[in-house]
Amino acid sequence: MASARETLLDPLVNNNPIALQVLGICSALAVTTKMEVAVVMSVAVTAVLILSNLSISLIRNWIPSNIRIIVQLTIIASLVIVTDQILKAYFYDIARQMTVFIGLIITNCIIMGRAEAFAMQNGPWASVVDAIGNGLGYSLILMIVGFIRELFGSGRVFGVPVLVTVSDGGWYVPNGLMVLSPGAFFIIGMLIWGLRTWKRDQMEAD
Amino acid sequence: MQRNATYILGFAAAVCVVCAVVVSTAAVALKDLQDANLSAYRAQNVLEAAGFSQPGERLSGAELEAAIARLEVKVIDLATGDIDSDLDVATFDQRKASTDPANSHRVEANRARIMRVPYNALVYEVRDDSGVLEIVVLPIEGKGLWSTLYGFVALESDLTTIRGLTFYEQKETAGLGGEVDNPRWKALWPGRKAFDDDGVMALQVIKGQAGPVDEAPYEVDGLSGATITSRSVTYMLQFWLGDDGFAPYLERLRGETN
Repeated sequence: MASARETLLDPLVNNNPIALQVLGICSALAVTTKMEVAVVMSVAVTAVLILSNLSISLIRNWIPSNIRIIVQLTIIASLVIVTDQILKAYFYDIARQMTVFIGLIITNCIIMGRAEAFAMQNGPWASVVDAIGNGLGYSLILMIVGFIRELFGSGRVFGVPVLVTVSDGGWYVPNGLMVLSPGAFFIIGMLIWGLRTWKRDQMEAD
Repeated sequence: MQRNATYILGFAAAVCVVCAVVVSTAAVALKDLQDANLSAYRAQNVLEAAGFSQPGERLSGAELEAAIARLEVKVIDLATGDIDSDLDVATFDQRKASTDPANSHRVEANRARIMRVPYNALVYEVRDDSGVLEIVVLPIEGKGLWSTLYGFVALESDLTTIRGLTFYEQKETAGLGGEVDNPRWKALWPGRKAFDDDGVMALQVIKGQAGPVDEAPYEVDGLSGATITSRSVTYMLQFWLGDDGFAPYLERLRGETN
């Protein structure tokens, strides 16, 4: 049984859900053109992850194993709908920018993956710690990708101009690739490459 | 672990009930806030179509009030184009009216795929100090590929030059049809002409690029990968600027300016 500290910190670098397990890539491509949106997405996914791990862990001994996947999915879907409603009520502008991607948190493999791989076998406290750790690991990658994309794609960080673009009378010519999804693919690819060069044990056997 | 069928069914039902209660509580409790957000956003779209704010720009409190103060909101009778003073602009809900059999009528099959049109509609007029019309903003709606698009079109005082176009509610494919909401696409509209010299609605969204306003006054670039959404924008403009839409009202305004 891993200690709470390991459960919390492992998903940041050693067992990152995006970089090592390569889960949750869809949203990492879709919502990282701006830091602000990436932050809201990170918070939303982490919140859903914590609540889904907690509730599934609490009822894990009563869930009949033959319908466990659909039960997990029902709980996750409900949590995502509630999250969507809250964002529409309190963060309307950001919710509009994120369009369908809030709803698509349901399909984020990290959430279902943690429910099935961790919350079904562990107690509520350990599951919450695991959820926070994986949420942070996901958020870390989103922040890095969002930072690189917003800085080089539009010369801004959190909407504040850093590199003054040509269209605003400055010198910086924005890199159009960064704003498009393929740009995020390259960044995530480079991150995974860098991480696996640093941590040799993350490389997959041929 | 193995369980009997009754237990499994009971468990599934219990999970469904709990989840349904949670979801509906959230939806009901937050509805007022969400509606307030939507109507604020709608007001902002009217201002954007009228050119009082840049696409995506958020006006501050004082600017917003000043801009809203310039708008004269009126409920008109669509068939005659006259102002309907029986209805209160503050409480009239055009969306509700268009689904209410008592306040709307069926229209013939049309390409904007609009089934019912309300007897009354909200319009926003901007007039100078002597009461001469400067801008008029009209609500438009129509079916796209997946959803009904709701928006506003603003016309200059000649009642043919487009001043702006916005969509405040649509669920078209994000990144393709959803680009109707893209500020760069919306920026192509101002200056284009809705009606040709004979007064026929001629403006359309074409496939490909239309070029600058003076070369192609009746054409706007299509959205690539979104043929159906692009076409539906043309159709809804044709419908709402036509006889079942605001044509009688625009006719009355034309008489007023001459």
